[in-house]
Amino acid sequence: MLIVNAARGLVNFLSAPQYLVTVALVLLIVAINVRAIWTKRGGVVLGIGGVLFFALSYLDPNFNKVATLPDNVPIVGMIFLVGFFFWWAMHNAYENDRRIAEGRPTIEGEDSAQKVFSWPDLVYVELICLVVVMAVMIVWSIFLKAPLEEPANPTDSPNPSKAPWYFLGLQEILVYYDPWMAGVVLPSLIIVGLMAIPYIDTNPKGNGYFTFKERRYEITIFLVGFLVLWCILIVLGTFLRGPNWNFFGPYEFWDINKLVPLNNINLSEIIWIKIFKTGMPGFWLFREIFGLALVVLYMGLLPPILAKTVLRRFYEKMGIVRYLIGVNLALIMLALPIKMYLRWIFNLKYIVNIPEASFNI
Amino acid sequence: MVESQFWKSLFRVGIPNTNRKRVLAMLGNVVLHLHPVKTRKSGVKMRYTWCAGGVTFFLFLVLTFTGLLLMFYYRPTVEYAFVDILDLREQVPFGIMREVHRWGAHAMVITVWIHMFRVFMTGSYKPPREFNWVIGVILLVLTLLLSFTGYLLPWDQLAIWAITVGSNMAAATPLIGIEGPAAGLLKIGDIQLVTSSNDARFALLGGRFVGAGALLRFYVLHCVGIPLVAAFLMAVHFWRVRKDGGISGPV
Repeated sequence: MLIVNAARGLVNFLSAPQYLVTVALVLLIVAINVRAIWTKRGGVVLGIGGVLFFALSYLDPNFNKVATLPDNVPIVGMIFLVGFFFWWAMHNAYENDRRIAEGRPTIEGEDSAQKVFSWPDLVYVELICLVVVMAVMIVWSIFLKAPLEEPANPTDSPNPSKAPWYFLGLQEILVYYDPWMAGVVLPSLIIVGLMAIPYIDTNPKGNGYFTFKERRYEITIFLVGFLVLWCILIVLGTFLRGPNWNFFGPYEFWDINKLVPLNNINLSEIIWIKIFKTGMPGFWLFREIFGLALVVLYMGLLPPILAKTVLRRFYEKMGIVRYLIGVNLALIMLALPIKMYLRWIFNLKYIVNIPEASFNI
Repeated sequence: MVESQFWKSLFRVGIPNTNRKRVLAMLGNVVLHLHPVKTRKSGVKMRYTWCAGGVTFFLFLVLTFTGLLLMFYYRPTVEYAFVDILDLREQVPFGIMREVHRWGAHAMVITVWIHMFRVFMTGSYKPPREFNWVIGVILLVLTLLLSFTGYLLPWDQLAIWAITVGSNMAAATPLIGIEGPAAGLLKIGDIQLVTSSNDARFALLGGRFVGAGALLRFYVLHCVGIPLVAAFLMAVHFWRVRKDGGISGPV
């Protein structure tokens, strides 16, 4: 019992946003560098571990209550599906990278040397998929009723009020950014950024087969975005955010009275009050000049500096337009974890705070 | 029976037991002719394609079918929406159409992501398929919007508050949202140009809050507007897969 409670405590502790995101980022970077260990049979161990973790966790009443909400069931499925396909993609990439290193053709290269008749080869694969999917859908639908709560009541808002689950990553970003960023600018940039990928990525290799070594940087950036900043944040927003959007560990009771001290302060307050000790200037431009300068430096000056230094190779290969668009999109993506860590470490609320124009970053 | 006139008129080719008949079977069928007659061997393997795009399309068809059935029983008004869903639940013995529709929708969101993940990991967006990836991203967004608009229709607490949280984001749009940056600066004299009765959220909801206007608007978008656009873009998506050389493979 002592061990169980200690394990619960550890999981609760590590599930806090600052540790969850950190652990996920570190694990991802480690994982893609030690592919030899887990992309083979090691993945089976991880899979069994994951199933065991969930199976045991369902015994916990608090975990069970949240994880078995009808609309949360698909997300448990998503965790396993995304995990499995991540493993599967890296498994194939590892095998192909080995073949390329030996000078042999990739699996897909070997296969695509020949063509097969779509009837029956392709049509039958599709038929089997179709039957399996339909069977899963029917069984799932028989055993799990679609949720239907009390009739809509505009005067009685539930606590927590949550968006549909696929937007909970964005709702989680609301903790760190204002709605105009988390709800409008960032989603738009995600869409634009995804669309821009084929035009930014000029690497001619890795077209039409799994590989990691030939596309190390593209894949790493994509995995950070998709696995950590999208999927993990959805999991966080779904399972770990309770009343008042407070954090609750997976085995913690969703106590509506949980008190979390709010002591976040703005950059301008840190500078003018804590460092200069002069009090806040009245004029907004003067007051926020440091924050604005930081943002301008980050978005405007950092890309050229990087082009001359660490990213020189990319700059020369990509050309100025591709480079600037690519780096700016990557910097905006990176701005999310940066703002998160600033919040967790310095309790920083806003870098730029101009309530006069509802403009906060 | 295989020799009967009816059978032969239905399946013109007969049993495809020769290569010639296999070709004709693909060419002569309106559904199957989406595929080429011959496919790269890597393209028929689950290890490469995961069949994620195919499953997504299949789920779209399932959702169209179950959605159509649900439309027979569902009236998109504040008065009836909830009780119609309640009736579907209470009065239909062994009814699982709403379940298939809801879980199918969740599953489709997930399979779309997995399809995108596969296409990215195999570098299949690279030339000549760049623009098909762009169409794919639009289809991904449309899938999310389809699911989002459908989320409101049961008109229960889960529905309106999820849509309230989601649509409040529109009010934060810079310039054209009432709570967005710089919206307050747009004025002529003392008259505010952007108000809660003409901003982005109002356009989305057909009202200042999630009410009857939003329900009708989301219903029309969910059942007609977005599916039409999505179906058209899917046709383009599949067409371009063919025109760009079929399922991707090493170049």
